[in-house]
Amino acid sequence: MRRVLLFIPVLLAVTLGIVLFAGIGKDPNKLESALIGKPVPEFVLADLHNPEVQLGPEVFRGQVSLLNVWGTWCPACRDEHGDLVWLAEQQGIRIVGLNYKDERELALQWLDRLGDPYQVSLYDPRGELGFDLGVYGAPETYVIDPDGIVRYRHVGVVNEKVWREDLEPVVLKFREDS
Amino acid sequence: MRRVWLMLAVLAATPLWASTSDVYPFDSAAEQERFNNLITELRCPKCQNQNIADSNSPISKDMRDEVYRMMQDGATNEEVTNALVSRFGEFVRYKPRLEQRTWLLWATPVLAVLAGLLVVAGIVLRSRRAAAGSPGLSAEEKARAERILGKDSGSH
Amino acid sequence: MYPELGQFALILALLLAVLLSVVPLVGAITGRDNLQAFARPLATGQFVFIALAFALLTQAFLVDDFSVAYVANNSNSLLPWYYKFSAVWGGHEGSLLLWILMLAGWTLAVAVFSRRLPTVMVSQVLSVLGMVSVGFLLFIVLTSNPFDRLLPNVPADGADLNPLLQDFGLIVHPPMLYMGYVGFSVAFAFAIAALINGRLDAAWARWSRPWTTVAWSFLSVGIALGSWWAYYELGWGGWWFWDPVENASLLPWLAGTALMHSLAVTEKRGVFKSWTVLLAIVTFALSLLGTFLVRSGVLTSVHAFASDPTRGAFLLGLLAFTIVSSLTLYAFRAPVVHARSSYGGLSREIFLLLNNVLLVAATLLVLVGTLYPLVLDYLDMGRLSIGEPFFNLTFSPLAVAVGLLLGAGIFSRWKKTDGGWLARQLLWPAATSLVITAAALSYYGSFTPWAFAGLLSATWVTVATLRDLWLKSSSKKGRWHGLRRQSRSYYGMVLGHLGLALTMAGATVVSNYGVERDVRMAPGDTAEIGELRFYFAEIGSRQGANFTATYGRFEISSDGEPIATLFPEKRQYVVQRNMMTEAGIDAGLFRDLFVALGEEVSGDAWAVRLQYKPLIRWLWLGALFMAAGGFLAIADRRYRIRDKVAVSEPAAPSASNPAATAGTREVLS
Repeated sequence: MRRVLLFIPVLLAVTLGIVLFAGIGKDPNKLESALIGKPVPEFVLADLHNPEVQLGPEVFRGQVSLLNVWGTWCPACRDEHGDLVWLAEQQGIRIVGLNYKDERELALQWLDRLGDPYQVSLYDPRGELGFDLGVYGAPETYVIDPDGIVRYRHVGVVNEKVWREDLEPVVLKFREDS
Repeated sequence: MRRVWLMLAVLAATPLWASTSDVYPFDSAAEQERFNNLITELRCPKCQNQNIADSNSPISKDMRDEVYRMMQDGATNEEVTNALVSRFGEFVRYKPRLEQRTWLLWATPVLAVLAGLLVVAGIVLRSRRAAAGSPGLSAEEKARAERILGKDSGSH
Repeated sequence: MYPELGQFALILALLLAVLLSVVPLVGAITGRDNLQAFARPLATGQFVFIALAFALLTQAFLVDDFSVAYVANNSNSLLPWYYKFSAVWGGHEGSLLLWILMLAGWTLAVAVFSRRLPTVMVSQVLSVLGMVSVGFLLFIVLTSNPFDRLLPNVPADGADLNPLLQDFGLIVHPPMLYMGYVGFSVAFAFAIAALINGRLDAAWARWSRPWTTVAWSFLSVGIALGSWWAYYELGWGGWWFWDPVENASLLPWLAGTALMHSLAVTEKRGVFKSWTVLLAIVTFALSLLGTFLVRSGVLTSVHAFASDPTRGAFLLGLLAFTIVSSLTLYAFRAPVVHARSSYGGLSREIFLLLNNVLLVAATLLVLVGTLYPLVLDYLDMGRLSIGEPFFNLTFSPLAVAVGLLLGAGIFSRWKKTDGGWLARQLLWPAATSLVITAAALSYYGSFTPWAFAGLLSATWVTVATLRDLWLKSSSKKGRWHGLRRQSRSYYGMVLGHLGLALTMAGATVVSNYGVERDVRMAPGDTAEIGELRFYFAEIGSRQGANFTATYGRFEISSDGEPIATLFPEKRQYVVQRNMMTEAGIDAGLFRDLFVALGEEVSGDAWAVRLQYKPLIRWLWLGALFMAAGGFLAIADRRYRIRDKVAVSEPAAPSASNPAATAGTREVLS
């Protein structure tokens, strides 16, 4: 058995070390959406404010929007709400709200009290659209392009840092392209 | 002890899916089993490494409901899994598909055993060659051995 | 004041560890006995100070000193005292302190029990152990100090120990596990010492063996405890999830088993030395890898400690330094000259080597399966999950193969076994095993290929082991005399192998013939599994020490005959406010009955999980047998006889050195 072969274990160990080092600090729980590059799934949901109005994927056509999945039961959604209001009012970003597994009354009271950043609000009490989108925990925010294609998903709260680093570049990119 | 054997024998014979109070009722034991296996192969996207069978989280329940609904509609395992993967990503598949990026994973045990067998075969062959080649101790070595053994026999 | 003392004790221990790593080693290399004489006192001193630190941390818990951050994060005034005690190792910093306590303990043990070894060897071994100590003490003192204070804002009460950990299992599982992990550092130290001084021979293998066996036995107990604990505490009746942290404990166990068997060959025949040394290094490296994986946040797991990138990086650095330097030393210093020994294709050496091949393949499988998602993510090839279905499918054939090989290998002879003779020996055991397996399959009612393979392998091991015992214990003076004549080492092997058979049988039967039902039940309802009737008698609530519980009373009967009454619960803990599920289990040697409450569905109906688990206890019983076998083996006479001639420095290092084992009886084990 030649001496050279004995160096194989060291080399393997070093390679493994590099891979492990690269993994430190990454969050293994942030998943990429399976719908990137695909259209928003078909849905028919009532408007949160007007129960008789039925809405579908056409609410995304024409301009780049953020789709924010939220619920009154979700403490982190409360944390990010102020930032969403800021985004809608100061930055002029179009945000579509998806009220996920919630009660209409509670949701309306909440928006009344804390402000409504959503130009369109969808009411999804059974979580049907959420399920089809692959939502696994609120809050989640998607970037949808003017053709209704999902371009990015952020899991967790949206704040100024997240906007600047992750969401804004995607939004700008697809604004230009349209 | 005998009761145990008796009970086991009866257990084997009796249908186990009879009651309709199952949370997810099925018409046959085979379907029930298929469901049970399927939900152990799907991962809860939110939990700390649990399958949707064992997890209590709401998203797991939604996924179980969907698996059940699709199976009642007659979907195959492939179709059910694909439907969930198309929404939640490959992450929810606990048994990776055999594709280009996973062939090394699946091949590891086979390759390891084969490599090991080759090494062992090599060792055996080399050992045979060495045994055939060496004529045993040379005359000089024999004399040395005798001297050493002669020295030791007094001290034991 | 006491926590500061504890911190001070750790720093002193670190200083002593530094001295321990350097002084005796310098003494060994330069041949100065007076320096080497420091080894034992330094090892003792290190242990004393670490034990002191541990005692002080325990005291902080027992008196509810919430000014210590670690105590505040892991304890609470309502916590029962025995959980306060075990909370010491319930979090990251404390568990590291336990780790280092074990390491200091093992180091001291080596110092005490190595009187018969050459001084140079002892000095080197203790120095290497000292170096490992230095690494971990630095880690603790610099990044994970359990004695950090929360002054001046001392909280009124603590955050409580995670309810999942408030259990007997937590009291024993980590200490046993750590005894195993850390115990492999001794074999590692012996290997490094042998590489340094170039004396890699059968004597080295003989000295390493008992240390390795003991560590392995502890690890077996630790893993079994973890599985048992998960079964009744969290898993809805599951006993192994192939979770990354579980895999992290299985990896050194698999490698350690291979190491134990390889050491046997090296001790007996002086061959495969390079390979055995590599295994010794790799086994400990896997222990360290496990320690890293649990604490770095790199992999998702229910078991993981809270992650922190700084700590992760430090630990990885420590790991990298230890492993890369030892493997480099190996690459440069391991012998490449082959022993001039010959062995036939069916010799015991080859059977043991094949055993190693299978065990190493299993180790690689688990290692690759656990780390693959990480590698793919690094290469930006997406997020993948590898779980039970994958591991069950790929691990089972290897396990079955190990069993089949074992049975055949028991009859093999050193150097050469005649193929025809071996086949004739195996004929009756094979036939008997097939019959027993067929009988078992018909009792359980159905044939599945996996059930057949698993049971056949388990039965084969049992029959072969017992037959070998029968053959060996035949004596002109009668069977009893023949049995008494066998060494403890041999009985250790018998127990160990029978333990393996038990575990395999348990795993096979529970996986293939266990029954699980998820039913909606309200009080007054009955559900059935075969002949068993589960009657949901009532629902109620009760108050525990630090929780309130909703319990259900289930009466189980068969054929009208009552069998058991179980009280599964849903507990709400006062402080952390999580909901815990406590299953009701009727334990039996041949089957368990398992009832757990799920969520409350409409009205007073609950989703209830009912399970019938045949032979599940055999899993853990088998592991206990294996551990008992290990402990028995090291109690063998040959480790307790004082050599009449002290083992002195051999004249010249030689490939196989039978002179070193003079004065002992050779046993076929």
